[in-house]
Amino acid sequence: MASAAQGKEMASRVVPKVRTGESGTASPVKEATLRFEISELDFFYGPKQAIFGLNLKIPKNRITALIGPSGCGKSTFLRTLNRMNETLRNTKVAGQILLDGQDILQMDVVKLRRRVGMVFQRPNPFPKSIYDNVAYGLRINGYKGRLDELVEHSLRRAALWDEVKDHLQKSAFALSGGQQQRLCIARALAVDPEVLLMDEPCSALDPVTTAKIEELMFQLKDSCTMAIVTHNMQQAARASDYTAFMLDGRLIEHSETPKLFTTPADARTEAYITGRFG
Amino acid sequence: MSDLRLAWRKGLNVVMLTLTGVAAFAVVAVLFLILGYLIWNGGKSLNWDFFTKLPKPVGETGGGMANAIVGSLKLLFLAAVIGLPVGLMAGVYLAEFGGKTFSFVTRYTTDLLNGVPSIVMGIFAYALVVLPVKHFSTVAGGVALAIMVVPVTVRSTEEFLRAVPASMREGSMALGASKWRTIARVVIPAASGGIITGMLLALARVAGETAPLLFTAFSNRYWSEGWSQPIASLPVMIYTYAIAPYEDWHRQAWAAGLVLLALVLLANLGCRLVLNRRGNYRSV
Repeated sequence: MASAAQGKEMASRVVPKVRTGESGTASPVKEATLRFEISELDFFYGPKQAIFGLNLKIPKNRITALIGPSGCGKSTFLRTLNRMNETLRNTKVAGQILLDGQDILQMDVVKLRRRVGMVFQRPNPFPKSIYDNVAYGLRINGYKGRLDELVEHSLRRAALWDEVKDHLQKSAFALSGGQQQRLCIARALAVDPEVLLMDEPCSALDPVTTAKIEELMFQLKDSCTMAIVTHNMQQAARASDYTAFMLDGRLIEHSETPKLFTTPADARTEAYITGRFG
Repeated sequence: MSDLRLAWRKGLNVVMLTLTGVAAFAVVAVLFLILGYLIWNGGKSLNWDFFTKLPKPVGETGGGMANAIVGSLKLLFLAAVIGLPVGLMAGVYLAEFGGKTFSFVTRYTTDLLNGVPSIVMGIFAYALVVLPVKHFSTVAGGVALAIMVVPVTVRSTEEFLRAVPASMREGSMALGASKWRTIARVVIPAASGGIITGMLLALARVAGETAPLLFTAFSNRYWSEGWSQPIASLPVMIYTYAIAPYEDWHRQAWAAGLVLLALVLLANLGCRLVLNRRGNYRSV
């Protein structure tokens, strides 16, 4: 693995660089602030390989965006970070994923998922009341404290409290799409995760609601590390600190967001962000 | 030429629309004919005695079928207590856990079981429960009905669980819930409306079964104490009374038919009311 200094130097070059590893640039992220460190990650759906030797570092209290055309493996990659792919049959993962220096593949999956929360593409509230949706994660983890307080706190963090405080016992399905998605964020935040994985959280939402969620992400940065998969390049450019570009299951380029969008190091990145394919 | 084609298409359209409409009307008409006939004949012969009195001895008129109403309820209770949990669990297994081969075999067997004539189920329950103890019993009737409840419950439970979006399961798993917890706290509640409806349909179906009861619960002209005695039931009473040569018995058979229908309908309505009041947490 190249040092951070080297990485910066390489990323700043405009010419496509030549490297031996499949997974592109050296990490632009400083070692001391790492949350996730992924090395040589391979992933298989049955006989089909979806991720090839991916190396990536995800910095603490920053937002890392994953971009790339459909089917490039960015969602699959995101779902390996909390081992969600294990719920699918016939999948295989190889390589190493370290969370604060611990190998997540050796960790208890329940503990891992408590530390690494997830928000999905489509809002997926449970068929319960607003209150019970947020309390769900706390209850299944055997939390016996002041539930009301934590539910309120989580809803406030997700910027939803003012809209729902008067009807917490109403069905979550009565909320609008954007409210549902913020409820899902509140639900994930209730168990106080260190990392929040977001798989295209705004793709089903209108621009106004999208702006709300981006604002929310910005506020959560103090307490949470975030990784977000998005098809919306403006969103990645607006909302993230680091951006990783993936193509055909490989990491092509990873650098600070302004740098990746203004002076991409790889010709394929440039082609993608300027809309020539994907 | 093209005008002719157009006329032909339009004509065909009208003809087919009429045909499908007539078929739909025929279905509804038959249903209402049955209902009307039942209500007309049954209503005429229905009185308070029917619900409170035991059958009168042969030759005397009057009396009622109180024992058969209670008997049908007892038999249905047994069928529900034995059959529904088994059906629910097996349905959950098929939808959530099942491996390929075993699931296929289970599903196929369930469908076969569903197609087995009810009288064969009766013989089976007879061999299983009646023969060892050498007498007809409520339990035997309950077992026969329970066996018929299971396949319907399994398949409807499976269908409704499968209709719950995968994203809901993932949402729960992503919070650190185990698979069983996810199923019990999120998936089954999400599908509960459909599952309960399926169970009700299964019970409604067996409520009218006569054949499996003929040599299991048999019948009884008196009250049946406990669970080990033969017991009267509405369908068997209808059968016995309808083929008897007495006008008064025919009258009572009609009344029994109406009561049976009303029981099924009431149970159905009651469950729907409870489900609706519980809140519309279902997504569909």
